[in-house]
Amino acid sequence: MGGDPAGKIDHEQHDFALWEKRVDALLVISSSAGLMNTDSLRRVLEDMGEETYENMSYYERWISSICQNMIEVGAFSTLELATKMEIIKSRGATYGDAS
Amino acid sequence: MPHDHHEPLSPSGHPYRADDDRDLTYWQVMEIAVRELLIEKGHVSATQIQDQINTMDARSPANGARLVAKAWTDPAFKYALIEDASQASREMGFDIGPMHLIALENTEKVHNVIVCTLCSCYPRNLLGLPPDWYKSRAYRSRAVVEPRKVLSEFGLEFNQKIQIRVHDSTADMRYIILPYQPAESVGLSEAELANWVTRDSMIGVGLPRPPA
Repeated sequence: MGGDPAGKIDHEQHDFALWEKRVDALLVISSSAGLMNTDSLRRVLEDMGEETYENMSYYERWISSICQNMIEVGAFSTLELATKMEIIKSRGATYGDAS
Repeated sequence: MPHDHHEPLSPSGHPYRADDDRDLTYWQVMEIAVRELLIEKGHVSATQIQDQINTMDARSPANGARLVAKAWTDPAFKYALIEDASQASREMGFDIGPMHLIALENTEKVHNVIVCTLCSCYPRNLLGLPPDWYKSRAYRSRAVVEPRKVLSEFGLEFNQKIQIRVHDSTADMRYIILPYQPAESVGLSEAELANWVTRDSMIGVGLPRPPA
């Protein structure tokens, strides 16, 4: 990325949504708990490839990487994740309802 | 800064990101799932997460501005800051964790700019979370090859005699800029000077300016 051609700088700024702040907090806390670190976060981010960078937002990429890291260290299993995600989806149609 | 948006604006004048009143996304479901599983398994607690968000919300460029104002008024502190910015920040009471921080001094002849080409490393303990543009592909790609052009998009034009140095941050080593103190601010108190120091001036894409 560094050195590649790219367009003009977009100065638009957004406030962070609650779910994004929670993703950020999850990285900090799981890192201080010794479950992952910035390098392991970045390894998964870099494995995602160019297309993912275009199609996912910043914190979408982060939660995807955190989740992958947690599975790798055995914090929870893929089955537990899948089951939990189904339960959450059934709680409601918005983030507020589901969280 | 207000923007021309039809969506409701937050108190800071920015549009809200899609939040809890929009349709739930796959990635939001994943965030809830990861958080709840980590809590259920006892790896983290809900209180820890809330405390971390509160800590994050409390950080702002005002912290970095205090550091810069002190460096402008106290030569011994400035020396200590350039020698070991992590330690000097801790001595001012800022929790900067294990982060290795380097303060880069802008002078009449040298203007420093920071970027993180790999991701978004930023002195967040002193400045809060990075602005969106800092994380953008455009800034990260171009800052290292055409810094003058990038700076001009922030309204900064430098004489060719002024050297521009771009510093690429890493996960373990981050930078903060010690801006060149404007001549007209010399003699002001540390508290007054802190109001001159903008976030962008500590990233290197802005200059200190009189408070509005």
